[in-house]
Amino acid sequence: MALISSWLGNTPEFAVPFALAALGLIITEKSGVLALGAEGLMLVGAVMGIGAYLSIENTPLALIAAMVSASVVSLLFALMVLVMRINQVISGLVLVFFCQGLSTWIGSQFGWVNRPVPGLSEFAVWGLADIPILGRVFIQNAVVYATPLIFLLSVWALYRTTAGLRLRAVGENPQAGDAAGIPVLGYRLAAIVIGAALIGLAGAFISVLSTKLWIANMTGGRGWIAVALVIFARWSPWKALAGALLFGCIEALIPQLAASGIKLSQYFVFMAPYLITLGVMIWVAVSKRDSSSQPGALGSPFIREERT
Amino acid sequence: MKPENAIQLTGVSKTFDGFRALVDADFTAKWGEVHALLGENGAGKSSLMNIAAGLYGPEGGSLFIDDNAVELKGPKQAARLGIGMVHQHFKLVTPFTVAENILLNLGHQLRSGWHRQRLRQVSDDIRAMAKKLGFHIDPDARISRLSIAEQQRVEIVKVLLAGAKVLILDEPTAVLTEDEAERLLTTVQGLAREGAAVILVTHKMNDVLRYADQVTIMRAGQTIARLKPDSVSVDELVKLTVGESAERSEPVMNAAEPGDALLSVRQLVSQVSDGHPPLNGVDLTLHRGEIYGIAGVGGNGQSELANVLMGLPEAVTGEVELIGEGSLSDLSALQRRQLGIASIPADRYGAALAGPLSIADNFALGDIHSGRYGPPWWLRQRAIENASDAAVLQFDVQGVRSQKQKAALLSGGNAQKLVIAREFSRPPNLVLAHSPSRGLDVKATLAVRERLKAARDQGAAVLLISEDLDEVLTLADRIGVMSAGRIVAEFSQPADRQAIGQAMVNHV
Repeated sequence: MALISSWLGNTPEFAVPFALAALGLIITEKSGVLALGAEGLMLVGAVMGIGAYLSIENTPLALIAAMVSASVVSLLFALMVLVMRINQVISGLVLVFFCQGLSTWIGSQFGWVNRPVPGLSEFAVWGLADIPILGRVFIQNAVVYATPLIFLLSVWALYRTTAGLRLRAVGENPQAGDAAGIPVLGYRLAAIVIGAALIGLAGAFISVLSTKLWIANMTGGRGWIAVALVIFARWSPWKALAGALLFGCIEALIPQLAASGIKLSQYFVFMAPYLITLGVMIWVAVSKRDSSSQPGALGSPFIREERT
Repeated sequence: MKPENAIQLTGVSKTFDGFRALVDADFTAKWGEVHALLGENGAGKSSLMNIAAGLYGPEGGSLFIDDNAVELKGPKQAARLGIGMVHQHFKLVTPFTVAENILLNLGHQLRSGWHRQRLRQVSDDIRAMAKKLGFHIDPDARISRLSIAEQQRVEIVKVLLAGAKVLILDEPTAVLTEDEAERLLTTVQGLAREGAAVILVTHKMNDVLRYADQVTIMRAGQTIARLKPDSVSVDELVKLTVGESAERSEPVMNAAEPGDALLSVRQLVSQVSDGHPPLNGVDLTLHRGEIYGIAGVGGNGQSELANVLMGLPEAVTGEVELIGEGSLSDLSALQRRQLGIASIPADRYGAALAGPLSIADNFALGDIHSGRYGPPWWLRQRAIENASDAAVLQFDVQGVRSQKQKAALLSGGNAQKLVIAREFSRPPNLVLAHSPSRGLDVKATLAVRERLKAARDQGAAVLLISEDLDEVLTLADRIGVMSAGRIVAEFSQPADRQAIGQAMVNHV
């Protein structure tokens, strides 16, 4: 019983980085920009969150600094795909490798490796925390509670505002958007930068609030899982949140299994998320669900004077 | 006093990748008139109008609106100045609703309020405008659910609601049936009578003669004449658009000499999609030495029928038999080709040619298994290029600078000629042609038709599926009308146009 209770209780903490990164990716990709760089931006957020805390000793400000840093780095990606129109897949991969190097270098250069930070204190939701077994779920830090609100806000902005309509239009049919007088590249830039901020927050969540220290490459492939999650969720924020809970659930199970004495090779544990991702992708492909929910112009650069 | 000229372009030039699309072109449209811009494909009509709508930046020349010189920085500014363009390829976001699409376009004149209120307001405006024009439009319908004609109406409403006074329609009737075209052109004529300037970009003489008050003719990127259509004959108009040298007429149709039956299609039924089966019991028999034309309003199963016969995947029941060879049902597209079936698909660049490959490679694809170009593990590039070179010459494919040039760079007419050159590189038994002259100019259309006729005269059976009734009437020896997935009536030549038209619409 205690095992299940602590497993469920840990799930939200594992799910939030997936959820925030996937949401950031959805916002970017809804504008038609294929974003594969999440793993890299998460690392930037993670190292800068720790670095900012060690410098200013204020956790909320450290999280904001992490978001801003990821956004600034994403400008490089925006320059590549929007202005120079370099292939978006290649740009995304380059961004990941660049950020892996950059974050490792910054971390060791400033001596931020393995320096513990306090994180945010957890607090209980009044009344709910006393429910048997499930109660542990409702003792979390503020960012966990904020995540559903961030989703609510994003869904509202995407689907219930004129700006959201324009952003999605640019992702579906940029030529139509252009003819309607929408600044296509402006909306795409905004989508990249806002998406990057959320992905950076996901990374900082792992380092500042979860592990509470920085280790090189500590995101361990979660950015890639978020990319798969977006496809799995067919670019729907709510489905992505559900998927993030599922993956969080699985990830939270691994330490529980180890604690209960089941012996698992650590290499198998490292492989497990990718194995599950692979399984999900195959399931999506086999179930042949309609692909119409994918943004129509995903991955294609916008050029106005193209003759068709 | 209001100036007489609505929009004026003078000395406009534009180059695309070294190709001079516009050379010092002039154009003037007045308030209150329907002004046709006539010319062949590639004459520069769309480029000129895209400059007027602010989509392309010109390399030289000037633009006047209401006699004031303006410099357009983008489509948004053009819209603000009252210029609205309905493009040939609609600029609609298909997963969105009608109201959402129109809201997108109203960016610069949005009233304040919440998104939902704005949508409601726009929906009201759409209903009012649709009523005024005599259209039926549901603001909450998704674009992807609408027919081409309905989408076009949405485009027109969109442009008018954005405040367009100068309405540019790029090839508006190309995708419409005769009835739909007539209704549309009458509506825009009404708009002109109310004071708007309507510019009709077209290559159809009939549209010009019946609805235009003025016509400007373009050829090779230049505006070469401006006149009143009632002052000239059709022949003169054709001569002006095509150029003096190109006086060629439709192929002379000698009587067919039909031989034995070659293709038999029995009870072809496809799986239900969208509530009904696209093919619902097609029966037809095709003889050697005849052209069988299938006429009908688009979307009545023609594409599915073409796919089935060409061997592209379509789930169907029923029987397709090539007489003397047996059933085709289990044969792949390759096996069908080896039986002498040539196909000319409707989607030239998507299904017929591999655009990024060279002209020679595209040509060789048709016959690559024959061993003509060497064994599969050692293709002889030189043999391919020589064969392709000869075919390009024989079939008069223009615009080929090198055999290594990408096929995608060919214009529509020349791309189609290349397809035909490949398909006819061995004399075919059976030719399947789906909309073979769609989007081609007069000269290329004639060349394509000549080839189909020649194949017939050499004893091939030709199945011509076309939504252009004129084409079917000029070319076919027998005509089947397709409606709701079946051949509902058959006619032999000389066929009564009225009766065919009736059959096309009555069974829907």
